[in-house]
Amino acid sequence: MEALLTMSPQALIAQLLIGLINGSFYAILSLGLAIIFGLLNVINFAHGAMYMLGAFFAWLALTQVGTWIGSPDISISYWLALLLAPLAVALLGMALERTLLRRLYKLDHLYGLLFTFGLSLFLEGIFTQWWGAAGQSYPVPEALSGAVRFEALGVVLPKYRVWVVFASLLVCLLTWWAIERTRLGAFLRAGTDNPRLLRAFGVNVPLMITLTYGFGVFLAGFAGVLAAPVYQVSPLMGTNLIIIVFAVVVIGGMGSIGGAIVTGLALGIVEGLSKIVYPQASAITIFLIMAIVLMIRPSGLFGKTA
Amino acid sequence: MNTRSHTTVAPTTQNRKRWNLGVWLAVIALILAMLVPFQSAVYPVFIMKVMCFGLFACAFNLLLGFGGLLSFGHAAFFGSAAYVTAYLCKELGFGPGLGLLAGMGTSAILGAIIGSIAIRRQGIYFAMVTLALAQFVYFVALQAPFTGGEDGIQNVPRGLLFGVIDLSDDTAMYYLILAVFLAGVFVVHRIVNSHFGEVLMAIRENEPRAISLGYEVSRVKLLVFVLSATLAGLAGSLKALLFQIASLADVHWHASGEVILMTLLGGMGTLLGPLVGAAMVVTLHSYLSGVGAWSTVIIGLVFMICVTAFRRGVIGEIYAWLQRGKARS
Repeated sequence: MEALLTMSPQALIAQLLIGLINGSFYAILSLGLAIIFGLLNVINFAHGAMYMLGAFFAWLALTQVGTWIGSPDISISYWLALLLAPLAVALLGMALERTLLRRLYKLDHLYGLLFTFGLSLFLEGIFTQWWGAAGQSYPVPEALSGAVRFEALGVVLPKYRVWVVFASLLVCLLTWWAIERTRLGAFLRAGTDNPRLLRAFGVNVPLMITLTYGFGVFLAGFAGVLAAPVYQVSPLMGTNLIIIVFAVVVIGGMGSIGGAIVTGLALGIVEGLSKIVYPQASAITIFLIMAIVLMIRPSGLFGKTA
Repeated sequence: MNTRSHTTVAPTTQNRKRWNLGVWLAVIALILAMLVPFQSAVYPVFIMKVMCFGLFACAFNLLLGFGGLLSFGHAAFFGSAAYVTAYLCKELGFGPGLGLLAGMGTSAILGAIIGSIAIRRQGIYFAMVTLALAQFVYFVALQAPFTGGEDGIQNVPRGLLFGVIDLSDDTAMYYLILAVFLAGVFVVHRIVNSHFGEVLMAIRENEPRAISLGYEVSRVKLLVFVLSATLAGLAGSLKALLFQIASLADVHWHASGEVILMTLLGGMGTLLGPLVGAAMVVTLHSYLSGVGAWSTVIIGLVFMICVTAFRRGVIGEIYAWLQRGKARS
């Protein structure tokens, strides 16, 4: 704890910001996992691979697309990629759902997990083969490079990192609002509770399932593009993250959208703080918290059923 | 996993014939296995590797095929036992016998800890919890001072078994692995065919009913988890002696995924399935050793094909085919 007290506010807040960035990725990814699980009954192991695809598509769009179409000057900027890359991920996801994932709904949940595990090995392997396991760096977009000064706190922070936190919080809140407060969200909640009844009311549930999977992996792809300038773009970036997100989901429970967001952010901050106190253990902090939560409250913090 | 009985091919008492067939196949395989060091067609090290991973898959199958519990973190037991055996034999001069026992003991204790946490959740959450806890073990192996970090523990001496048998001779090593492997598979066979095994399968088929019948479901689950972890550890320790190395690959989630694939490919819930699956995956790896990341792509593809079209696995399909033939005649 001494390290926490002796730290300058500048360093402390910078460290908190990193925790908050990780936390917002945890929040976006666990949100997507929860939405997908609610309707499809599939734990999407490939969520990490989709996050990686988002980052990779953005990187390819910036650096490679021009040469592919014969004019190296053309490249797709960060802002366009922020929309296009997740859309591409969503299209790919929806195609997979329509052709393959769909066959697994009637089976035990475990088969969905195993299938998506195979899928993420497949995607990870292909990108490792094409671009190597080492990371590619993605430059911070012009408008967000440099630092921003917060007079009230007396600290200077990198502009891009502040933007990441802002953008992910916005997306989380929008998703929460769309699910809890709109008519479309009401359909989604109804489908989660009782898909057969919803179908009897004339709602095209299979289409809804496809769109939901698409939206879930869209969120993952979006997080991937946000992450590209912060971390290295590498084929393995997703799977290491998704294992932590699984722990986050176990801690939070998948029953509530708000719960997933709050748990993700809080765990990111706790992990960031543990990096200051005892850096070697920061990688295992969340797993440790998961073990403790399971012992005290097996159904998770926001879980409805055991 | 409750109330879903179609997921596994269960050997119940009505299927005694199936087991007789299994016993005959096992006897033939045993005779063939005894002869391996005396010929030149098959590479003994390859067979030894198959047996190590076969035992690992068999231990895993005890949990998934018969207990209905999908552990996504079995590499934690395999790998930590490998590390303990390697460390004791190399740094502290333990003999291979004690090294194996210590490795098993470690994985049993670790199994009791991880198991008692993981059985608090069911089904899909159980898989996620075991995966996360195994990742914990991975990070410990990455950072602990005695594991050698990225290099692992290399050049582990095989030593003298019981102080007399020199295991650096591949033939002696071969028969040790064969003996341990057979003992391990026999233990799994006995567990499955005991009263405990029947209770275990009852829990797999319908957990609420098993509870209402008065069985202490948590204790049964914990016990089978510890047994499975212990045998997985034994396989890991053997592997450490065989290849004289314990490394991060042994505790990585890739290894956890691979043991799932072996069991699924061979046929979960069958005695021979995991062994056949292990042989197939090890063969696949030896053919794919030169193609870089394509091996991951192919393993992923095999996984997806298995899950969508081939859930009974090789042995499961053969059993189903034999039974169809019998129904027709």
